Amino acid sequence: MLMRILLGRGLQAIPTILGAATLVFMLIHIVPGDPVDALLGEYALASDREAMRLAMHLDDPLWRQYVDFLTGLTSGDWGQSLIDRRPVLERIGERLPATLQLAGSALALAVILALPLGFWAARHAGGGRDMAAMGFSLIGVSIPNFWLGPILMLLVAVGLGWLPVSGREAPGSWVLPSITLGTALAAVLARMARSSWLEAMSSECIRTARALGASEGRLWWRHGARLAAVPVVTLFTLQMGAVLGGAVITETVFDWPGLGLLTIEAIQQRDYPLVQGCILVIALIYVLVNLLADMINILLDPRQRQHAD
Amino acid sequence: MRTKQEKAIVQGASAFSRPAMRLATICLLIIAMLGLSAAMLGADSHAIDLDALLAPSSLVHPLGSDALGRDVLARLGEGLRLSLSVGVAVVSLGAAIGISIGLISAWLGGWLDAMLMRLTDIVLAFPGILLAIALAAMLGPGIDNLIMALVAVGWVGFARLSRAQVLSLKQAPYVQAALGCGSSFVYIGWRHLLPNIAAPLLVEASFGLAAVIIGEAGLSFLGIGVQPPDASLGTMIREGTRSMLVAPMLVVWPGMTLFLLVMAVNLIGDTLRDMLDVRTEARQ
Repeated sequence: MLMRILLGRGLQAIPTILGAATLVFMLIHIVPGDPVDALLGEYALASDREAMRLAMHLDDPLWRQYVDFLTGLTSGDWGQSLIDRRPVLERIGERLPATLQLAGSALALAVILALPLGFWAARHAGGGRDMAAMGFSLIGVSIPNFWLGPILMLLVAVGLGWLPVSGREAPGSWVLPSITLGTALAAVLARMARSSWLEAMSSECIRTARALGASEGRLWWRHGARLAAVPVVTLFTLQMGAVLGGAVITETVFDWPGLGLLTIEAIQQRDYPLVQGCILVIALIYVLVNLLADMINILLDPRQRQHAD
Repeated sequence: MRTKQEKAIVQGASAFSRPAMRLATICLLIIAMLGLSAAMLGADSHAIDLDALLAPSSLVHPLGSDALGRDVLARLGEGLRLSLSVGVAVVSLGAAIGISIGLISAWLGGWLDAMLMRLTDIVLAFPGILLAIALAAMLGPGIDNLIMALVAVGWVGFARLSRAQVLSLKQAPYVQAALGCGSSFVYIGWRHLLPNIAAPLLVEASFGLAAVIIGEAGLSFLGIGVQPPDASLGTMIREGTRSMLVAPMLVVWPGMTLFLLVMAVNLIGDTLRDMLDVRTEARQ
């Protein structure tokens, strides 16, 4: 039964992935006018334009290009970069570890920061400490990461000289990008932890446990924490995917050689096959992580199993 | 027992006594003062003055000038206007498209509903502003294209929310009664459904506005939104980072303005949500 629900949910991801691939395919064709103009500029030589047409199969009928695109995707041929002629997948593969490292450390930071903060705020709900924690959360949500990054660089790297300004080679260079990327995640997660903990503590089962004489510590940690865990874990797994979107800007700010920076570089160089590849890989990871999030949710909370059917 | 709406009205009278709303008012006042002083200064935000490169604060340039000698205060004013007008344009367009699609989808159901919802799934398959980045990069520079790219992502939230709300209202007695009277879908949608789903949509719109303002600035920061010489808070941060070591305030001013603006909008959203008693899903 459980397997069937999980499998059914997994199958739902297939049309989404296919749709995302179609949208990415259409990106090149939504460019107003001739795509070659957009790629090479209007003053390119006729021979260059012809070469580009040939390289991108732009003379084929649209359905043919679409079929080629999809078969290429499934057989591992994602096209070639227009700049250095290397396979798109190879270029993406080189950059993936850096992004995964950044995403991992940002998420770790978010959890380490958010859970104690959320608990603290919930335990002292309504008081000054709650206000302080939620104030931090508000600042974290409102501060754009392309501003937080430069400010951290100025204060910590340039002002105090504690950490490298940018790049990935120097030791400790991951710290500032992780803080930049992790702050917003921590802020949202802390809010969620606070509200779900509070909701859990006002539930009937906690009242019953309290009436039976369970200690406050046991109520908060043994019973409350378990009830609160479901929404918090759900949000966290969703953030595992969302962090990839934020990584595009954070990597650009810190010159972090990951997938996000590659996307922006490809856009600037008008390397459209590479742009398509990058966007598609990020979307693919995102959809798969969200799928994982749903599955964890179904496993954690049996009540979800009814909706999933 | 007060109904939800009466409660909202009673609480509405005291909206400004809420700490969140007070903080939002302070943020908005600072921003209004900034905008007003930029307007009063009346300096040309595009005028290049090579004698005043990276000039510090002075009577002529209250917040100094940037790497091309352009007045920072005047550019902040222009950026602020742009942020707000793009934000309002994207949210209203996105809301109009999204709510119409949500209403139609929920009301008609069937294959059309399934198809439209798959479409929202596809847009949601791209995290954050990634799809807007891709669209804006492909469509090319220009504010029209920027707005189009952000609307293409922004309508989805409204569509999903209004669909879910209408689905729960479809069987309500007053909707059934209106149907029994022979009212058309357009009439029911306008007179009965929209007013009853307005509260959560208003909350969605206020958080959407914050997201769009950050999104516009983010795209402009990446160099695929507003193009020079026009000033957006995002392009100002982008240009500021280049001379950050010499003139850090060039990054601080636009970032601070953006931060205050987004915080004010978020606080208004929080207040609206609490006042209208709307439960929202976890936001990313």
